[in-house]
Amino acid sequence: MISRLLHHLVKHIDAFLMVCLFFALLIGLFVLYSASGQNIERVYAQCINMIVALSVMWVVANISPQKLERVALLLYVVGVLLLIAVALFGSISHGARRWLNIGFTQIQPSELMRIAMPMMLAWYFSTREGKPSAANFIIGGVLLAIPIALITKQPDLGTALLIASSGFYVLFLAGLSWRFLLGASVSLLALMPVFWSLLHDYQRKRIEILFDPTQDPLGAGYHTIQAIIAIGSGGTAGKGWLNGTQTQLDFLPERTTDFIFAVFSEEFGFLGNMLLLVLFSLIIMRGLMIASQAQSTFSRLLAGSITLNFFSYAFVNMGMVSGILPVVGVPLPLISYGGTSMVTLCLGFGILMSIHTHKKLVAT
Amino acid sequence: MGAELKNYLHEQYYFRLRLGFAALAVLSLFALLAFRFSYLQIKQYEHYQTLAENNRISLVPIIPNRGLIIDKNGVILAHNFFVYTLEITPAKIKNLEETITELSQLVEVSSLDRKRFKKFLEQSHSFESIPIRTHLNEIEAARFAVNHYRFPGVEIKSRLFRHYPLGKLGSHMVGYIGRINDKDLENLEKSGSLSNYKGSDHIGKSGLEQFYEKYLHGTTGLQQVEIDADGHAVRVLSSSPPIPGDNIILSADSKLQEIAETAFGDRRGALVAINPKTGEVLSYVSQPTFDPNLFVDGIDADNWKQLNESLDKPLINRPLRGVYPPGSTFKPFVALAGLEAGKRTPPFSIHDPGYYALPGSSHRYRDWKPSGHGTVDIQKAITISCDTFFYGLAMELGIDNLTAFVRHFGFGRKSDFDIKGEIEGLLPTPEWKMRRFKQQWYPGETVIVGIGQGYTLVTPLQLAQATAILANNGVAMRPHLVTQIQNTLSGKNQIIAPVVQDKIELNPGNVEIVKHGMTDVTLPGGTAASVGANAGYAIAAKTGTAQVIGIKQNEKYNEHNIDERHRDHALFIAYAPAEDPKIALAVIVENGGHGGSAAGPIARKVMDYYLLGKLPTAEPVKADTKLPKNTNGTATIPEEELHD
Repeated sequence: MISRLLHHLVKHIDAFLMVCLFFALLIGLFVLYSASGQNIERVYAQCINMIVALSVMWVVANISPQKLERVALLLYVVGVLLLIAVALFGSISHGARRWLNIGFTQIQPSELMRIAMPMMLAWYFSTREGKPSAANFIIGGVLLAIPIALITKQPDLGTALLIASSGFYVLFLAGLSWRFLLGASVSLLALMPVFWSLLHDYQRKRIEILFDPTQDPLGAGYHTIQAIIAIGSGGTAGKGWLNGTQTQLDFLPERTTDFIFAVFSEEFGFLGNMLLLVLFSLIIMRGLMIASQAQSTFSRLLAGSITLNFFSYAFVNMGMVSGILPVVGVPLPLISYGGTSMVTLCLGFGILMSIHTHKKLVAT
Repeated sequence: MGAELKNYLHEQYYFRLRLGFAALAVLSLFALLAFRFSYLQIKQYEHYQTLAENNRISLVPIIPNRGLIIDKNGVILAHNFFVYTLEITPAKIKNLEETITELSQLVEVSSLDRKRFKKFLEQSHSFESIPIRTHLNEIEAARFAVNHYRFPGVEIKSRLFRHYPLGKLGSHMVGYIGRINDKDLENLEKSGSLSNYKGSDHIGKSGLEQFYEKYLHGTTGLQQVEIDADGHAVRVLSSSPPIPGDNIILSADSKLQEIAETAFGDRRGALVAINPKTGEVLSYVSQPTFDPNLFVDGIDADNWKQLNESLDKPLINRPLRGVYPPGSTFKPFVALAGLEAGKRTPPFSIHDPGYYALPGSSHRYRDWKPSGHGTVDIQKAITISCDTFFYGLAMELGIDNLTAFVRHFGFGRKSDFDIKGEIEGLLPTPEWKMRRFKQQWYPGETVIVGIGQGYTLVTPLQLAQATAILANNGVAMRPHLVTQIQNTLSGKNQIIAPVVQDKIELNPGNVEIVKHGMTDVTLPGGTAASVGANAGYAIAAKTGTAQVIGIKQNEKYNEHNIDERHRDHALFIAYAPAEDPKIALAVIVENGGHGGSAAGPIARKVMDYYLLGKLPTAEPVKADTKLPKNTNGTATIPEEELHD
């Protein structure tokens, strides 16, 4: 009786993914404890976030991909409408209009778009018969462009870029031609100098600092410089948990959120970084495996996009903290403190698990 | 079904191809990250490790308490206390003028403060913290603290300040400290003590403060402090405590100093009193004096101008750097030279017609008494200060023998005194004149050296030292002001033992003759009889008058017809008690006229107090124990005495 209940509870949970997630979340809690200056309250709060996120994951994992497919269009339309509402009535904080007040609480519709966007495109391509035509890709591109334009206007460049890439992954996996990809890349590169020449001096300066933080060591470059010092001084084995001087003495900014990787890196060193990369790789490989084994066009495109999107987050975050990418506000998935991104992330994993555990037997 | 399945498998194949490509991209981008991590954490580890340490650890110097300067009786002449200062780091301020104007609404910032700030600004680096106001009172400090957030780059600091409680008294002796300038830094670097001055703002600039700098300063402590990103200290990692500077204890007595300085009144001059047996300097007066407290936080332009441009030249350290013709005070030494050379063995005497003339010359070297002194032997020549006697004696001795002999008494050379800046004075010789003027030496120039005129120049310290050597029968003790150096931690005193500089081979009988002549000076019939009157102890002395301007032949010097600053300098040397000298001194009153009447009474007051503990009766001594006023006109009370 109990075992049957237990079986029912976990039957849509992917064990491999779950174990990996569990380890990543555990690491996250330990790093957060250190990064928050040993603030156990913060750790409890993050535990609550995790419980909520894992519950969402469980619920979503138990929803079949077919049901998800049916709500894809609705979610997308609602998301776009909410983004328009934000543009019209949104509340401004920190110079950006991202939040929408819905009476009892505030919501950030761009978060919804992180999932709704790949779902919409995956649904769109799954409704096309055979190999998608160029026209299909153009329509896909337009569907992608609408929310991105709205989010860029907020402005929230980081989120816009990541949603764009999640949409792009669907297009890519749906078979966007190599010729187009090559042509687009070349023309983009060719247009760079033109774009550059159109910029004001101060805008150029800002972009230069984005790529070379040492130009403004006390201003915009300060975060990156201190993060790189934290990572480098971690050495091979790290300074040890709770012993990172850059962390504990406030040299690291935003160290519980976007720059938490520097904390981890300082205290656990190169070996810790490798462990984290391996853990992330395992999660990604498992996700790609789920995508490759998925049975419908919708589910494989969605699974592939969600997995690669997870990679985008991890790569962009570690890349910016270690100074090879410009600083955009992207948290480190599963590790950074914060409820919204945790829920969105786990929602994605729930979809992956749903896709993997709702397979029908297919004669091959 | 078949076509559909084929289509499906075809689609799945292409999809998996794309997935495989994506997986490859993921792995290679992760590899790129791994490469980046290995570069930062393994290859560049040491570099970043150093940066992190530099971020984290700050070496904070702990300034040692400066040693005290204490007089013979334990009266403190220089001590330290904490004051609040308001300081600005110019590099952190956008608009200095605006900030200072805003600050002045909270705490009073006078135009003098602004001027001083500007002066410091020019001399300092912009990242250094520069005081805009010192001596903030509690209310001002609190008022600023509340508004601190409005003034990034402005801080209240608690600084150790030097204070000279007796103010003007003995300022040339005690000296002062001032902010370390580039030249000081250079010197510190040369002497290898620069690291000991990390965090120190001040250094001894003159007087004992300068000479005993290495004792007074102490050893700077060092704290390794862990700091956070805002520069706030989080905890102390290691600490080596500072070693406070040694106290120095003087042979001078502030009461005696006060009596001597008061005796000068508003006249300019100098007085040096020495214990002939030890070389201990008992009193060291340079008049007028100045308030050394003005220099501690940097003297403002107006006060500086006033001190520097005053005709009275209060900043000149007269005992060391004032040079005067010795006049008749030179005579006892010339007399001794004559005796030692066998030129004037008693009962030799001359008949003084009131002048001396070189053989074959009509030029008359006049005696101060136009009618002459009649029959004069060597002892009487000293007692009545007979010029004619010494003109002839100098001539007979010859300039080289004369200067060679008196040089033993310290004339024409430095005395190795414990204040810097001593001037050698001048004992002229033919070689010197040739070097200096490319001119031959004339016999007439030898004649006037006999009475301490001509090119001869001495400092008051030299004159006092020569007197002490004579009083001590030719044994020269090194003159010094500091007798003990007190270790503030152990409380142990290092005694500075008297040093015998020289022992002049003298015939005791000859010394006795000169001393006898000098003792008679203060007895009825002597040139300073009034000085010795009712003393209760025997004073051996010699008066002197040094010409400031030349008097032509046949012209009569009339004190009242001459501008005050062109009047003769009054000189007086003495030691007492004559039979067992405990004090030897030299007094110079610039433009004071006659030595006996202008300088003698000052000497008498000093000797009376030193030998008998007798206070001067004629002019009551004012006790000046009030605290000095600070630049803002409000009296400040030392926050905290650091030594006792």
